[in-house]
This record gives sequence, structure tokens and C-alpha cells, in this order.
Amino acid sequence: MGSSSRKFVLVFSSLAFLAGSLALTPQISVADEAMASAGKKVAENRKKGNCFACHDYPGAVLPGNIGPKLVNMKQRYPDKKQLRDKIWDATTTSPNTIMPPFGRHHILSEQEIDNIVEFIYNL
Amino acid sequence: MRKLLISITALSFMVGMPLLAQASPESDKKAFQGYFMKRFPGTAFEDFTNGVYSIDPMSREQWEAIEEFPPYEIAIDEGQGMFETPFKNGKTYASCFPNDGIGVRNQYPYFDTERGEVVTIVLAINECRIKNGEKPLKYKKGKIAAISAYMAYTTRGKQTDIKVSGKGAQAAYENGKQFYYARRGQLNMSCAHCHVDNSGNRIRADILSPALGHLSHFPVYRSKWGGLGTVHRRFGGCNKQVRAKPFKAQSKEYKDLEYFLTYMGNGLTWNGPGVRK
Ligand code: HEC
Ligand code: HEC
Repeated sequence: MGSSSRKFVLVFSSLAFLAGSLALTPQISVADEAMASAGKKVAENRKKGNCFACHDYPGAVLPGNIGPKLVNMKQRYPDKKQLRDKIWDATTTSPNTIMPPFGRHHILSEQEIDNIVEFIYNL
Repeated sequence: MRKLLISITALSFMVGMPLLAQASPESDKKAFQGYFMKRFPGTAFEDFTNGVYSIDPMSREQWEAIEEFPPYEIAIDEGQGMFETPFKNGKTYASCFPNDGIGVRNQYPYFDTERGEVVTIVLAINECRIKNGEKPLKYKKGKIAAISAYMAYTTRGKQTDIKVSGKGAQAAYENGKQFYYARRGQLNMSCAHCHVDNSGNRIRADILSPALGHLSHFPVYRSKWGGLGTVHRRFGGCNKQVRAKPFKAQSKEYKDLEYFLTYMGNGLTWNGPGVRK
């Protein structure tokens, strides 16, 4: 996690404190939610993640069907790091995959990938 | 950014090869055609010349309606007009081609052993102009596309049957094949990723057409282009989609690629010009 996101977290955790726990689901902090919603934006930006060109997921509009549906990510990837690695460079686990190596080829920044992980981890 | 793209292209390597590295073109072709016939059992071999419409009944209906008043018809007429108009020296295109240029589109591309390179139809058109003292035309669209549309039109119904014989031809073929299966661009995809492995799947809302029959209908009228384009224009577009630097029209890379892909379609009939989304 980069330093800019740390600041983000601080700002939002103080907000969370103000807002109290009422608006929050038990597992997800407001900081994570902020990351997740930033992640959703990057995921759905055609020039960035463009994930739904290939993946369906709950709420995706006109998705493609090249990759598997992104659901139950928590169960499928109990280790969040593995999910991140998949997005960073899917060819390490699937050498012939069509999925672009978002981290290795600098398509997305480290922060953007962290945000996307947060977004799809809760799908 | 430019630097990044170039270094990534250089890093690209061969993946997802359904074809063996050291097979003969003939056995490659059998494997290639067999793969698509098996993947799309509902599509007749002949029908693969119709791109995505050969596998998607929904869009086929709209396409058939468009084909009743095809938008490329004017270009065929314009192409015929240019084809028949004498150059300043009094000669015509007919003087440069076998059978006066009628029904010969299926003889291209071929490997010219003496020159040691692939000759495509549009290259032959421009070389005819130069030989007769005229300026060459631009390669991606416009006049050259119209002339080649007319030449394609007079070749409709003839078989694709191009040859790969001799060392030079074999090398050009191998080069085209390697290009087809090599990862490219920032998005790191090969042609085969989309048009072999994922043919019939949807990338966003677009259905990916099978590679078999990909060249039979060029030049093509695309509504997206609002006009005709040559096949190298399409190659360039598909390279850009994966953020790779496109090669020049009529570059060695694209000519060899066209040679390989046309050979993979041997046995299909020419049906150009075509119309696509
Ligand atoms: C061009 C197609 C394409 C794009 C774009 C794409 N993916 Fe994928 N993705 C695939 C394919 C194919 C697979 C299955 C093969 C593999 O594991 O690599 C896959 C697998 C995955 C998996 C593993 C799923 C599982 O069931 O194990 C995750 C997670 C994933 N993608 C997330 C993403 C995210 C997030 C993005 C956008 C930032 C994205 N993908 C963009 C094609 C794509
Ligand atoms: C990211 C996916 C993708 C990649 C990679 C890709 N294409 Fe395409 N291509 C498409 C889409 C989408 C279309 C339009 C729909 C269709 O006909 O498949 C298309 C269309 C075409 C067509 C026109 C088909 C017709 O019927 O008129 C040709 C030819 C073609 N591609 C060749 C190539 C070649 C050669 C390469 C590699 C240099 C390549 N493509 C790489 C997605 C891709």
C-alpha cells in the first residue's frame, strides 16, 4: 500500500469514527470501502482495468464472457495476496492466459491494483 | 510510453500454439481448419468466409439485410472505372495481370522467388502504376481499396489455393505464423488469443470471429470506418487494440502475416468485397 493510500485510510478512519458503526457492515471498514469504490472505478474504466470486457460480475453492464465470473472471491482466494498476484500477472499461474499482466506491464499502478483487489474481494 | 511499448513487444514470445513449431504448412492447415470445424460444428466449412456472421445467427440476420443493398457497391463501380481508364501512356491495369486482371484475385498473395518476398494484390496494383509512370496510391483505403474491390468482385466464387513451396516461401510462411501466435503490446495478447482460443466468445459486447476465412472478403466496408479498408488496415487496428505499435501497410510483417492467414483458408472461396460492423 502506497503512502498516499495510508493518508486516505487515516482520513477515512476518522470519518468512520464520526459516523459510528451504524452505516458499516461488520467486516468492511470505511477505508476498505473507499478503496473498493475507487477500485470499481478503475476496474470499469476502459483505458484502465476494463475487467468486464472479459469478466461478468454482479452489476456488470454488457460484460464479455472470456474469463470466469468474478464471484465468491473470498472463498476462492482465502489468501488475498494470491488474488492480487493474479491481477498483477496472471501468466505466472496460467502461462497461456489472454488476461493482461496489469502490474508487470504497468497498465495499472500498485495502488490501483490494491483498490481493485478490495473491490472484487467483496463481490 | 513509446519506449515501453517497444520493449514489451520485443519481450513477446510464442504462446498457445495449437500448431506445431516444425510442421509442414499442409499439416498446419489441416490442424487449423480441423480446430474450427470442431469448435463450431453448426457452421459449414464454406460459411467460415462470413466472419462472425458464420457463427452468430443474431447478427447474421442484420448483415443479410445489409447485403441486399451493399454499401460497397459504389466502390466496386468506382474501382471498375479506374481499372478500365487508361494511364497517361495509354495502357491499362489489364496489361499488368494474367487474364487481363479479371478473376485473378485468388492468385494473391504469392511468394515471388526471384524477389524473395510476398506480393499482395494491392502491391501488384501499385507496381503496375509505377511501371506505367503513375504515382503509387496509399495502401489502407480509398482508390486502391476500390480497385481491389473490383478485382475481388470478379473473382467471387473462385477457390483459395495459394502455394508455399521453396525455402523463401517457407520462411515467409513461418514468419507470418510466428507473428500470429506471438504476444504483443502492453496488453500482451496474440492474434490467436482472440481469434483462435476465444473465437465465438464475447469481448465486451463483440463476438470474436474465427480466424478461418478471415481474409476471403477483403477489402471490407466497415460501418465503423464509413468506407472500405484493406486487410493491412485491419491488422493495424487489431494491433492498436492491444496497445502495440502497428506496422506499416505492406511491411514485410503484414505481408507474411497475410500469406500465412490466406494459406490457412485454402479451400474456401473468395467472396469479397465484404461488409462488417
Ligand atoms: C482480455 C481478457 C481479460 C481481461 C481484460 C481481464 N481478465 Fe481476468 N481472466 C481472464 C481469463 C481468460 C481468466 C482465466 C484464466 C486465468 O486464470 O488466467 C481470468 C482470470 C481472472 C481471475 C481468477 C478467477 C478465478 O476464478 O480464479 C481473476 C480474479 C481475474 N481474472 C480478475 C481480473 C480483473 C480484476 C481484471 C481487470 C483489472 C481482469 N481480470 C481483466 C481474462 C481477462
Ligand atoms: C483484443 C482482441 C483482439 C486481438 C488481440 C486481435 N483482434 Fe482481430 N478483431 C477483434 C475484434 C473485436 C474484431 C471485430 C469482430 C470480429 O470480426 O472478430 C476483429 C476483427 C478482425 C478481422 C476482421 C474479420 C472480418 O470478418 O472482417 C481480422 C482479419 C482480424 N481481426 C485479424 C487480427 C489479427 C491478424 C490480429 C493480430 C495481429 C488480431 N486480429 C488481433 C479483436 C482482436
